[in-house]
Amino acid sequence: MALLEVSGLTTDIRLSRSVVHALSDVSFTVDAGETVGLVGESGCGKTMTAMSIERLLPPGGHITGGHVRFDGRDLVALPERSMQAIRGGEIGMIFQDRMTSLNPVQLIGEQVAEPLVLHRGMTRARAREPVLEMLRLVGIPHPEQRMDSYPHQLSGGQRQRVMIAMALICRPKLLIADEPTTALDVTVQKQILELVDRLRAELGMAVILITHDLGVIAGRADRVVVMYAGTVAETAATQTLFAEPRHRYTEALFEALPERAAGTGEKLYSIPGLPPDLIEAPHACPFAPRCRFAVDRCRTQLPVLESAGDGDVTHRFACFVPRTEPLPSPEEIVAARPAAQAEASSDSREWVAPTRFIPDDGVPLLSLDRLVKDFPVTRGGLLRRTVGAVSAVAGATLQIARGQTVGLVGESGCGKTTLGRLVVGLELPTDGRILFRGRPLAHRHRRDLREDRRNVQFMFQDAYASLDPRMRVRAILREPLEIQHVGTARDRDRRVDELLEDVGLPRRAAERYPHEFSGGQRQRIGLARALALQPALIVADEPVSALDVSIQAQVLNLMKQLQRERELTYLFISHDLSVVRYLSDIIAVMYLGKVVEIGPAAEVYAAAQHHYTRGLIDAIPIADPAAERAKAKLGVSGELPSAMDPPSGCRFRTRCPMAQEICAQVEPVLRVGGGSDQDAAGTMPDVGVGVGVGGGAGAGGAVPHMVACHFPLVTGTFAAAAAAAASGPAPTGRPRGMGPVHTTGRGERDGR
Amino acid sequence: MTTQLGGPPPVEPAGGMDAAVGAFAAPADSLPAPGTLEGRPKSLFRLGFEVFVQNRLAIVGLVVVALAILFCFVGPLIYPTDQVTVDLTSANLPPGSGHPLGTDGSGYDVVGRLMVGGQTSLIVGLAAAAIATVVGTVWGAIAGFFGGVVDGIMMRIVDAILAIPILFLLLFLVTIVRPSLPVMIFVIGLTAWLVPARLVRGESLTLRVREYVQAVRVMGGSSWRSVTRHIMPNVIGTVIVNATFQVADAILLVAYLGYLGLGISPPATDWGAMLSNGTQYVFLNYWWLIYPAGFAIIIVVVAVNLVGDGLRDSVEVRLQRR
Repeated sequence: MALLEVSGLTTDIRLSRSVVHALSDVSFTVDAGETVGLVGESGCGKTMTAMSIERLLPPGGHITGGHVRFDGRDLVALPERSMQAIRGGEIGMIFQDRMTSLNPVQLIGEQVAEPLVLHRGMTRARAREPVLEMLRLVGIPHPEQRMDSYPHQLSGGQRQRVMIAMALICRPKLLIADEPTTALDVTVQKQILELVDRLRAELGMAVILITHDLGVIAGRADRVVVMYAGTVAETAATQTLFAEPRHRYTEALFEALPERAAGTGEKLYSIPGLPPDLIEAPHACPFAPRCRFAVDRCRTQLPVLESAGDGDVTHRFACFVPRTEPLPSPEEIVAARPAAQAEASSDSREWVAPTRFIPDDGVPLLSLDRLVKDFPVTRGGLLRRTVGAVSAVAGATLQIARGQTVGLVGESGCGKTTLGRLVVGLELPTDGRILFRGRPLAHRHRRDLREDRRNVQFMFQDAYASLDPRMRVRAILREPLEIQHVGTARDRDRRVDELLEDVGLPRRAAERYPHEFSGGQRQRIGLARALALQPALIVADEPVSALDVSIQAQVLNLMKQLQRERELTYLFISHDLSVVRYLSDIIAVMYLGKVVEIGPAAEVYAAAQHHYTRGLIDAIPIADPAAERAKAKLGVSGELPSAMDPPSGCRFRTRCPMAQEICAQVEPVLRVGGGSDQDAAGTMPDVGVGVGVGGGAGAGGAVPHMVACHFPLVTGTFAAAAAAAASGPAPTGRPRGMGPVHTTGRGERDGR
Repeated sequence: MTTQLGGPPPVEPAGGMDAAVGAFAAPADSLPAPGTLEGRPKSLFRLGFEVFVQNRLAIVGLVVVALAILFCFVGPLIYPTDQVTVDLTSANLPPGSGHPLGTDGSGYDVVGRLMVGGQTSLIVGLAAAAIATVVGTVWGAIAGFFGGVVDGIMMRIVDAILAIPILFLLLFLVTIVRPSLPVMIFVIGLTAWLVPARLVRGESLTLRVREYVQAVRVMGGSSWRSVTRHIMPNVIGTVIVNATFQVADAILLVAYLGYLGLGISPPATDWGAMLSNGTQYVFLNYWWLIYPAGFAIIIVVVAVNLVGDGLRDSVEVRLQRR
């Protein structure tokens, strides 16, 4: 018998004037010892399902139908006292917002002991031992000291571990993890997910993993439930779902993933429209208005879950026009269109010229020369003493050629946002130079400064915060033109209309305020504003991080299209490697203020040479269950060191599996092939890079693949290893002679 | 390589779900879902206005204030009384024929006295609050935006003056200068601008690091533009709310000074002075000299506070629109 059986669960939330039908007829089961993934875009009802199971509904919320059978008992009908015993005692929950889920004025030890005190009747003193054991189990170093600290003294990853400890301390039978790793660094995310998996095996419990990340699901879940607009669209075993989805929504999601089109330059499929409002109870398929394949029946009848009739008994879906063939795997897509990337770059483009015509003379558009930015840390109120400096960017050297897209990747705290802000002029560099076509960007003189602004523009991460909430869109878009005294008032108005059209927004959007738009639309307005001055270079700081994947696809398509039309150059900053890979010609990886690897996108991705890049690629989940399961369990250990006191020599050495003594003494320089020869070939400008004409694919050697490591990886991934196995000696062929060759630990995987 | 369906919890939802979970009851369902751009565009003023009118208490407050203003300024035209000639033969008459609330010690009709007193109280209250708000806002915006030494000096001046007890400062000032209406306005305004200054400076500091202010720099705009076009409009909401409370405070301050006998000189009066005169006769039970003036102060001050609360809600709601 299943541990948890949800059947026909319907939840309503009563607002002052309307009722929101949060869940409609949700059904799924969870067996003991398995992980069920609950997946869907924001607003689909995943958190509401978890809350309904635990009966922790928001004010006005009621379960109006269905049953939740847990271990034989129906939770919906249970009195509150019994429900309290179950919450925490038999069902543990990890909440989404870890910042506010720990009491800031209570010690960690007290908080972790609280479930024991409540459910097992222990005193604080008796609970101390089990708490220590639990903290050790979740991997918190020095638990005896940590027990007596406050939440603010722990890092994000540690706080999440404490929350896991709290949820598991009573050895519950079921753990509900609601987005347990959002907003965590990708390497820490991997550690936390490993931990949950390990604990599941040790404690023999079932896990409901709620997430929006298909990659996490691919790696960790045994079965998946896909939700849309408060209903279950499809449920299946993971392998089956990723190979043969039936519901059109699931299919659309897979097609919108950047990695399915990565490296091909293809347009992503973006689901048009927006999810429904949930004010009316669904009387037809909720996805019908946005579905490419919808027929009349879809718009008039409500589909029910029916069995797929394939090998997987648990595969059920609710669709009248299901997909019948399996999905093509990413390799098949790539294989079918090998030259698409080169094609895209050699398109003939009619383009709207940047403000100042950029001749095709090989001078790099943007050149960063040993850029350094330190933020002083001060103590004291009245008389401020500088006690140290946060080294945000430490000697970054980078070149961007006209028409290219350079993707800057790294985790939070690596300095990529600071680098972007330095380029645009929001911060002044402590040292080093920024050259725009050979001329340093002015930071001092007002008139030159204003003119320079027309060449480089910025796209902010948080579209909501970057648009003045009190200005209408017309005023927002007109502002850069007013500041730069471009054209007459009528010209400006006309330009505003043109811009709106370029980014795909209706004309009437000009009269609206920012709050009336959705996230994706606001991001388009931000892009339109960046385009208003016709810059040559746009620095985009995480423009799609906060968007759902279908909206993300729209914005990425738009950016790519505009680049083709207008000969734009992008510096694309993101922590999301798949998005970066989709859009970029060149990838640069940053760690703690240093550029550790740079090269053509496909090469960096397929044959990463720096251990950190390798770790990042390993840690980031991909939507392919087979690859996920077979990945190295290593990832990157430890946590980011403080930027105030970075490690000497190579900054990554504290977390690197290959670190040797030399790594602590000598800082590696960025050069082709890495290594620690101290010859003059180290500095980038001398190595004659960045002279690519017309941008495009880097395979032609526009930017050589460079790495800053004493012992770089020789063989990178499956592909390289397989190629090596098939064709003989190591593909790079460069004699190393120092340090062992890092094996990828992938086990028997070949033919990939 | 993340295959996320959505990034970290999005700032706003694509559908109506999270808006509901956020438990923002009343206005959440009065707007269409974001992104659909339905309906006619509504200005921010109109949105705020709609929320304001849903707040019953605020409407009550507004009505009371309107009535009070009408009473004090239009009243004497409808119910004229002699507020200048002293008539000791009709001093301290209880409410009766000809005098709905009786007369006071100088023979003036109490209702007429209330009107005259109200004029003083309201004029001083509104004008002093207006001056205080304008001066304080400009001061605070400059200090907050420029920061550093400029901010330090300006705020230390504010702190220094704030450290002096307001009432003593006022007492000191009115004993030096003979109080008349403009002097009182000036004196009260002089002390009241400190609070808006601090408030606006705080808001200014918060807004300075907002991305839309930074975007102005990216576009090549000057600091002046950031302050006038972006920071000031976004601060206005808080400033207006504060101004309403300033009015209430100013009316009270006038009353305090009047009560202490340091207010405006007779035959002009204000409610505080009326109260002060009335307390002489407490043991004689001449209640009509005390209660009317007292009630007038309380009712108007409470009404102004209610309006201020309503404004605060409507301003915040506009910003919460996702």
